[in-house]
Amino acid sequence: MSEKPLLSLKHAQKSFGDTPVLKDITLEVAEGEVVAIIGASGGGKSTLLRCATLLETLDGGSLAYGDLVVAEDNGAAHAVYAGKETQRQAKSRFGLVFQNFNLFPHFTVLQNITDAQVRVQKRSKKEAEARARELLAKMNLSGKENMVPCELSGGQQQRVAIARALATDPDILFFDEPTSALDPELTQGVLKVIRNLADEHMTMVVVTHEMSFARDVADRIIFMDGGVIVEEGPATEVINNPKHERTRAFLKNYGEE
Amino acid sequence: MELATMMNLLLSGLVFTAQIFLVTLVGALPLGVVVALCRMSRLKPVAWIARIYISIMRGTPLMLQLMFWMFGPYYIFGLSMGTSWKFVACSIGFILNYAAYFGEIYRSGIQSIPRGQYEAASVLGYTKAQTFMIIVLPQVIKRILPAMGNEIITLVKDTSLAFVLGIMEMFSQAKALAASQVSMVPYIIAAAIYWVFNFVVEMALTHIEKRLSYYHD
Repeated sequence: MSEKPLLSLKHAQKSFGDTPVLKDITLEVAEGEVVAIIGASGGGKSTLLRCATLLETLDGGSLAYGDLVVAEDNGAAHAVYAGKETQRQAKSRFGLVFQNFNLFPHFTVLQNITDAQVRVQKRSKKEAEARARELLAKMNLSGKENMVPCELSGGQQQRVAIARALATDPDILFFDEPTSALDPELTQGVLKVIRNLADEHMTMVVVTHEMSFARDVADRIIFMDGGVIVEEGPATEVINNPKHERTRAFLKNYGEE
Repeated sequence: MELATMMNLLLSGLVFTAQIFLVTLVGALPLGVVVALCRMSRLKPVAWIARIYISIMRGTPLMLQLMFWMFGPYYIFGLSMGTSWKFVACSIGFILNYAAYFGEIYRSGIQSIPRGQYEAASVLGYTKAQTFMIIVLPQVIKRILPAMGNEIITLVKDTSLAFVLGIMEMFSQAKALAASQVSMVPYIIAAAIYWVFNFVVEMALTHIEKRLSYYHD
């Protein structure tokens, strides 16, 4: 890696009350890389994403997007955050797709995708709509512009959410269990979209329980358990030849999906 | 007295009734949002002041509150207000009282919006103010409409309390007419007009509810 990684999270620590959830996690993601994070519930995967996307604040460690330093360790294992403006800039560099979509129910599909472009990025309405239509076509959702989220299936809603996250042209896209709230038959459509994005070299970090998907799509897999990264490495390596006992036990439980 | 004359007097009262109604809504609907936000503020003193305010507004009679605003300036500060003060006192009394009730309804609505909505907005880079005005509040309005309907209909009837300030709204007119005519008829007509007023309010609320029914969550 000659250039600075798109995401650099170092020595991340986070506790909820007395319960440590992240214990010294370091995660760097290079441009074009697809990283899958796997692990049992409660292992800290979601918290990691939430810290990276500024939904939670780190107790300790540092966080940077490229050259933009969002939080720095002050030397005493305490994370010090940059000001509002820096955080705002950081938010334009990443997107997040939630497990429960979190679309805005009172907005049409089109508004869901254009509103932040217009209000936050100050694009013209015309420009924003053009971008939205382009993304909807890519998501296989052309013609749904004027529907509201509740008229769509879960899989369609998630694809709108992906379009919404992409609309602001982030450098890196995070997915927090993007198919966990979906019926199996709707899962495939969403996974296909993510697969296509991977083919286009979109930088992505995906928390997932879909092991075969992780193996096929990710460049690198991280197995988290108990707030630490137990094992990480090339995707096929981690899935097919896990080195660590805990990884083996986890993958055995999950079986091959 | 002819029925038409009676009707005219009552309708002249209705003008004041409608005025109190509208002024209260225009003042209390936005003020209620402020009350709700203060009540939910993370700043403890702000939240406590809002709590005490709500408690007093809900815990004492509106009629008494109206008297307070009407005569307070004189008894507390020795100020003698002009004859038009009663309208100001009436507006202050109604707005402050209703803002407390509206505030609690807004709060129930705001607290019912899932956290994911705030999180999605945050990640997209919306400011806190944008998140509230564009994402949260529109959804809140849909959710609180039935509860608001109750309050707004109560308000129509509560306008009759302005009679204690000597404002000749419809109830005062009816009372005066009933006394001078020694008749129940003015009361019955007034009741009918209140009911029609509220019928219109109900229709308006139904209309808004329908307009917001294009989505559910």
